[in-house]
Amino acid sequence: MLITRTHSVAETEAAGESFARSVQPGWVIGLSGDLGAGKTAFVRGFARGLGSPARVHSPTFALLNEYEGGRLRLFHLDLYRLNTAEEIRGAGLEDYVTRPDGVSVVEWIERWCGESQATEGAGPGTLRRIYLRTVDEQTREIAYDCAGA
Amino acid sequence: MLLALETSCDETSAAVLRDGVILANVVASQVRLHAEYGGVVPELATREHLRNLLPVVHEALDQAGASIGDLTAVAATRGPGLPAALMAGFTSAQALAFARGLPLYGVHHHEAHLYSPWIGGQPPAAQFDQFEPNVSLIVSGGHTMLVHVRGELDHTVIGSTLDDAAGECFDKVSKLLGLPYPGGPLLDRLAAEGNPAAFEFPRPLLAEPNFDFSFSGLKTSVRYFLEKHPDLADDPQALRDLCASVQAAIVEVLVAKTVRAARQLGVKCVTASGGVSCNSGLRRELELRCAKRGLRLRVAEKRLCTDNAAMIGVLAERQIRAGKAPTPFDEETRPGWSLER
Repeated sequence: MLITRTHSVAETEAAGESFARSVQPGWVIGLSGDLGAGKTAFVRGFARGLGSPARVHSPTFALLNEYEGGRLRLFHLDLYRLNTAEEIRGAGLEDYVTRPDGVSVVEWIERWCGESQATEGAGPGTLRRIYLRTVDEQTREIAYDCAGA
Repeated sequence: MLLALETSCDETSAAVLRDGVILANVVASQVRLHAEYGGVVPELATREHLRNLLPVVHEALDQAGASIGDLTAVAATRGPGLPAALMAGFTSAQALAFARGLPLYGVHHHEAHLYSPWIGGQPPAAQFDQFEPNVSLIVSGGHTMLVHVRGELDHTVIGSTLDDAAGECFDKVSKLLGLPYPGGPLLDRLAAEGNPAAFEFPRPLLAEPNFDFSFSGLKTSVRYFLEKHPDLADDPQALRDLCASVQAAIVEVLVAKTVRAARQLGVKCVTASGGVSCNSGLRRELELRCAKRGLRLRVAEKRLCTDNAAMIGVLAERQIRAGKAPTPFDEETRPGWSLER
C-alpha cells in the first residue's frame, strides 16, 4: 500500500490530478473516508488530470455526476445516501461500479463492497481503492491500495 | 389538457394542467396510494419509479376528473438527473404520447424550478400575468445556483456551488450532530430556538465578487468545532445554538449573494425554489433583506419547493404557447443537461 500525506485542499486535488494521469479505460476507483476527508477535492483534481474542464461538485444527492471533455469520460458517484449493494443496484448504478464506459470514481465505495475488499492484481473493470484519513485540520493521509498509481 | 411527469431523482410525480391551472399534482412520497397498488415504496430505488408511475398517473387523472382521452400533450423531465430515474419517466411519457398521437415535450428540471415561484392561488395556477424579470435562487440537496431570468423562457446561470449544495451541507452537519437523516428540516426546527450568534462559523465566498457558493469547508469547520467541543451537542440548548449558528452562516451567504445579484443586474424581483427554500430561516431572511432593498420576493409555496410535476407542466405549457417544437420521439434523456444550453 502506498501512503502519502497532503497538507491543504490544493495538495489533495493535486494528488487526484496526478493519479488520473495513469488511469486506464474501465477502471473503477473507490474512495473511502469520513465527511470532510477530501474525497470530492480528490475527484476535482482527478477530473483536471483527465483534462476535463468540468466543474466538479458533490454528487451526494444526484448520486451520479458525469464529466466530459477529458481523455476518458468520468463518472463521479457518491453512495452516501445508499446503504446496501441491493439499493445501489436498485438505483441503476451497478454498471458504473463494475464496468464503466470510461472511468468511475466512487465515494463511499464501502456501501457497495464492504470495508476491506482486496484489490490485488486488479485489471480493467476491477476495483482500485483509495483511503483518505483526516490527520488534523490541514493534513490528510491518502492510502492507495492499488497498482498503477 | 397536459399530463406532466417528473422522475429526475427520488420523487415520482405526475400533474395534470389545463391553461396554467394545476388540476392535480401528485407526488408519490407525499400520498398514500391505494392498497391495490401496493402502497408507497421506498424512495431512492430507480426501478421503483416504474412501479410508482402508473398509480401516480391514475391518481393525478382521478383528482383532475380527467381520463387519458382528454389529454392533448404530454411533458416529462428530460434532464438533468439520475440516468435510470430520468429514463423511467421520460420513456413512459414517450410511450404514452406515441400511443395516443400526442406531442411530447422534454423539459429541463432546473428551468422548471425557475417558474415554480410563479404558481399560486386556489386552485393553484401559473400567474404569468404577475411575472417580471428576476434573480432566481434554486437551492436544494442537490443544487445551489443563481439564475438571471430576463424574461419568460430567457435565462442565464450566473453562479452555482463549487462543491456541496446548501441542502447537502444542512444534512451533513445534522449527521455530524447526530440528528436523524435527513436532518435539514429538524435542524431548522432546533435553530428556531437557538442563538444564531452563539458560535462563529465561516461565510464561504461571501466577500468574493462573484455569485458562486461553497459549502464543503463550512461542513468541515463544524466537524473540527465538534472535535474541540465533544460534549457540546449533548446539551440541548447548546445544540439549538449550534444549529442556529450554522444555519445563520448558510443563510447569510445565500441571501447576501442573491440580493447582491438582483441589485447588480438591476432587476426588482427575487424568487426562490428547491427543497431548502422551505427552510424557515432562509425564508425569513429573504423577506427581511428583500424588503429592506425594495425588492419583490416570490418563494415557491412549500409543497412546490421540492421536486414536483406541476412545475414541469407549467413550463411545458408555456413552451407550447411560445411555439416551441415538440421533442422528437427518437430523442433520449439528457442526464448531464446544463441549464445554459
